[in-house]
Amino acid sequence: MRAKKFIPLVAFVLLTGLLFRGLSIDPTALPAARLGQPFPPFAQPELLSGDEISDAALTPKPALVNVWATWCYSCRVEHPYLLSLAEQGIPIYGLNYKDDSAKARDWLEQLGDPYRLNIVDVEGSVGLDLGVYGAPETYVLDADGYIVHRHVGVLDEAVFTRDFSRWFPVDALPKRMPAIGVGL
Amino acid sequence: MIPELGHVALIIAFVLAMGLAVVPLWGTLRHDIAAMNMAPSLALGVTIFVGMAFALLATSFLQDDFSVAVVAANSNSLLPPIFKFSALWGNHEGSLLLWVLILSGWMTAVAYFSRGLPLEMVARVLSVMGMIAVGFLAFSLLTSNPFERLLPNTPLDGNDLNPLLQDPGLIIHPPLLYMGYVGLSVPFAFAIAALLGGRLDASWARWSRPWTNVAWGFLSLGIMLGSWWAYYELGWGGWWFWDPVENASFMPWLMGTALVHSLAATEKRGVFRSWTVLLAIFAFSLSLLGTFLVRSGVLTSVHAFAADPERGLFILIFLALVVGGSLLLYALRAPSVASRVSYTGVSRESLLMINNLVFTVATVVVLLGTLFPLVMDAFSLGKYSVGPPYFNAVFVPLMALVMPFMTVGPLSRWREDSAKRWLHELLMPGVGVLVAALVLASLGSDGFNIWIALAVLLAGWVALGVIKDLWRRIASAPDGELKWRRLSPSFMGMTLAHLGFAAVVLGAVVVTQENQERDLRMAVGDVEELGGYRFELLRLGQQAGPNYLADQAVFEVTRDGQIIAGLVPEKRRYFASGQIMTEAAIDASLWRDLYIALGEPIGEDAWAVRLQYKPMVRWLWLGSLMIGLGALVTVLDRRYRSQTARKSVPTAGVAGLAS
Repeated sequence: MRAKKFIPLVAFVLLTGLLFRGLSIDPTALPAARLGQPFPPFAQPELLSGDEISDAALTPKPALVNVWATWCYSCRVEHPYLLSLAEQGIPIYGLNYKDDSAKARDWLEQLGDPYRLNIVDVEGSVGLDLGVYGAPETYVLDADGYIVHRHVGVLDEAVFTRDFSRWFPVDALPKRMPAIGVGL
Repeated sequence: MIPELGHVALIIAFVLAMGLAVVPLWGTLRHDIAAMNMAPSLALGVTIFVGMAFALLATSFLQDDFSVAVVAANSNSLLPPIFKFSALWGNHEGSLLLWVLILSGWMTAVAYFSRGLPLEMVARVLSVMGMIAVGFLAFSLLTSNPFERLLPNTPLDGNDLNPLLQDPGLIIHPPLLYMGYVGLSVPFAFAIAALLGGRLDASWARWSRPWTNVAWGFLSLGIMLGSWWAYYELGWGGWWFWDPVENASFMPWLMGTALVHSLAATEKRGVFRSWTVLLAIFAFSLSLLGTFLVRSGVLTSVHAFAADPERGLFILIFLALVVGGSLLLYALRAPSVASRVSYTGVSRESLLMINNLVFTVATVVVLLGTLFPLVMDAFSLGKYSVGPPYFNAVFVPLMALVMPFMTVGPLSRWREDSAKRWLHELLMPGVGVLVAALVLASLGSDGFNIWIALAVLLAGWVALGVIKDLWRRIASAPDGELKWRRLSPSFMGMTLAHLGFAAVVLGAVVVTQENQERDLRMAVGDVEELGGYRFELLRLGQQAGPNYLADQAVFEVTRDGQIIAGLVPEKRRYFASGQIMTEAAIDASLWRDLYIALGEPIGEDAWAVRLQYKPMVRWLWLGSLMIGLGALVTVLDRRYRSQTARKSVPTAGVAGLAS
């Protein structure tokens, strides 16, 4: 009955295969409800100007759509990186999600404004159409306006290089050197 | 300079561990005494250099050297010194260093206490542990160097230790837990050494038994502290969450429980030999699996370290080599003939087998529940999370199943016993416990509670069996004199651990069933009633700590006009991270805890407050403490001391065979 002694080994090999597969899965990744579809149509006020804007206002593209709010601590963490992305010329549109617009304007005044424009979404209806799970989230709109990627959580340089840079030409992104300030 | 020295010390430790993994083992193949004799010195060398690395990293933490990446990320100049020190293991890199330090500590202990064992055995055991040390030192040096510098952009101050971890419980919780986790490598190494040597007799079981008990005892204490810490620090009074990381420490414990019992049967009777080896391999494999789950980011958990697939891959390869290699060795070398020792269905062997079955099944169900989200995700079947309902539904009945046998086990005889004798011994106490259960369960706040009745019945049944056994041992002399000296440390340890288990079960059921809680809005002067206690919010205030500012609410608790306690729950805001922490206030006693936690401020002078009345919650930790201490007490047994005393015997090969 020597074969019986191999059962634990076989079971373990299967387990290892599973764990290996597990390594390439991000447990926090959520499928975007609208991945591969155009940005959902909306008609909402813009945060600073107060004008009503629609999805047609989201030009130029490719661009990032960043879901943020003043109640969101992690948004404060990623804010400096968004500023540096904006400095590098990447268009970022904000979705000010379930937030107090006055507070949001203060925030941009104090911390700097990386956004081309900001969609005010007090009731979270645009967020609902988009499939927003929480803040911060960042979506990639490709040149034709289709949602091609979604990132949940803080956006930083490592994430950007890994998941986002393919939609934005690499040479447009000089390595950030905060000590010297090469951001021309 | 200091971090670089630490790095060098770690590299030297790595080289010495390589030597330990290879030279003594090579010596056993060539029968080279000198090579085998090097094992203890090499083990000591690894310990010294890992200890140096650890001390130097601790120095960097205490000196606020923010040029070191882990210090900058996990400490802060305002942090009290004791937390600067414990911040060392509040992160992936540092805790890995602690892991290796404890591993080398175990190696040195084995080297020291096993001087009476056959040289070949010692050489093999230490070599196997050396291999594990190589793996973890390589992991540390290649993927998680704790001494990495942030140059030239050295931050002015550190990011601070996560406030959740700024707590006395966290100073000792990880070291204790790792003592247990890593300690399971000792029985593992003994099992592998026995397989390598082809000698799976009772002696290896006897040698590894005290080590297993100690490791398992530390693991029990570590898990207990974790549960206790979660209870008072997370602010909502829960004590077990079935979180993947908790499960990661719980699975080795469950498997270790089976191992501790199986080793007893193998040592005393020579039965279950292959099975015991397999359990030793499994228990340590589950420790490694836990390390993988916590550090690879495969599962989401409240206390997983920062996810890093590269590290995950490293541990997975290491896991595959260690566990795969061991199981292959097992498949090739474990004796496939059934042992010649016979026993009947009604015997202590059978009861220990039931224990083993139940605890193995319990391990498997916890493993399945923990990995289920991963399985579904791997086959793209959707995102799932498995919560307490599953675990409670499968785990609780298993524990209820094992308890009736726990009473009979210690009373039973090896090889052959009779059910009639068991009945004779236990019928009267059984009836007594049944009556007590029915009475006690009717005393609760809402009449008869079937779950409490069951818990009292089972826990009382276990306790009675243990006490009866105790009495039988000391009182069986014909002259009526009490023979206290018959109580060996191993018997006392077992008794204590079983009583502790009964206490845990009772505490768990009672606090789950009779817990009372209310979420309220309370302003100054408000009075609320809960569990017969009167809670009055006297005033609100602020208090500055060393690195935080706290909002406080001062409560006075009275019962029948008598002042019971003044409780001051806090809401702290830590300066460095801006994080808000809930600091619950607890009035603890053996029979009940009163628990107050602050929620959010509501307006100027009111807070959302959660009041809880938690009967017998202390029994959980008191019982776990008894389990852990019971396991540790067993090593005082004279039989185990003879391991070292026999070093004068020249034919060391037969040492430990006589029992």
